[in-house]
Amino acid sequence: MGILHRMERTEAELIAAVLKGDAASFEPLVEKYSPRIFATVRRYARREGEVEDIAQDIWLKAFERLNSFRSEAPFEHWLMRLAVRTCYDALRAHHRNRETTFTELTEPEADWLDRFVNQPDTAKEDAEAARQLIARVLEQLSPSARLVITLQEIEQRSVKEVAALTGWSVPLVKVRAFRARAEMRKVLAKIAKEKYL
Amino acid sequence: MNLAELEQKLVAAARANPPSDWVPYAFEKRIMARLAARPVVDDWALWARALWRAAAPCAAIMLLLGAWSFFAPPRNAPANDLSQQLEQTLLAAVDQEQPIDLTR
Repeated sequence: MGILHRMERTEAELIAAVLKGDAASFEPLVEKYSPRIFATVRRYARREGEVEDIAQDIWLKAFERLNSFRSEAPFEHWLMRLAVRTCYDALRAHHRNRETTFTELTEPEADWLDRFVNQPDTAKEDAEAARQLIARVLEQLSPSARLVITLQEIEQRSVKEVAALTGWSVPLVKVRAFRARAEMRKVLAKIAKEKYL
Repeated sequence: MNLAELEQKLVAAARANPPSDWVPYAFEKRIMARLAARPVVDDWALWARALWRAAAPCAAIMLLLGAWSFFAPPRNAPANDLSQQLEQTLLAAVDQEQPIDLTR
């Protein structure tokens, strides 16, 4: 408890120093929270090259908007909200400019799907092909559907947590989650149709 | 094909493979360099720039209106009509006032 309290004070002191004009105090915060930021961004970015740009954007926004941080809540929560919203903006920007359409399944993906159809138990969740296939499915979803599926289904967050992270109301999260699941089933049906019909 | 089961399997696959939290080397240094290179935003400078930009259109509008009022043909009604009416209205009370008898 004492260590935790000391760490919190240190963080609060760093933020206070940044707000007073000491920009160098921002560096320990970047160092401490960048692993979480990168892990979050990698959930939404298409390529590794895009990850660093989005992470950089998040930190620049965090610096600019630091005066809006209220110290009642932990800095990490405030930062993660900013990260999720920036990732959502990046998804929307990509969705507007997207040119690629659904491409054919790769051989490992097709094999995994075959195994799932013939002997579902042999199609393991930890297979690389399954990971590629879910990435492909998520890529086909609308930005809001992808965000909700990622936060609620994959990261297993509650509706309230999703609402807090996205800035959407609880009823809106519920509506979007319902639509997102329907959208995901539609994409899966499309894959199945293309492969087996 | 059971789509609900496939969905569950794929979501489980995503859960089983959390993304890496690897951070590129000296990322924080790059962020700090970016912050240092950013131009300092001065509110007064922003206002001065906006006002200075607005000065030319305002001057142009002023010149146009001046030219229009100067070259516009006079209307049939006398130009001082409004001023006369205003003067009459303001002085109406004075005109109607009875002289005070100071001998009483």
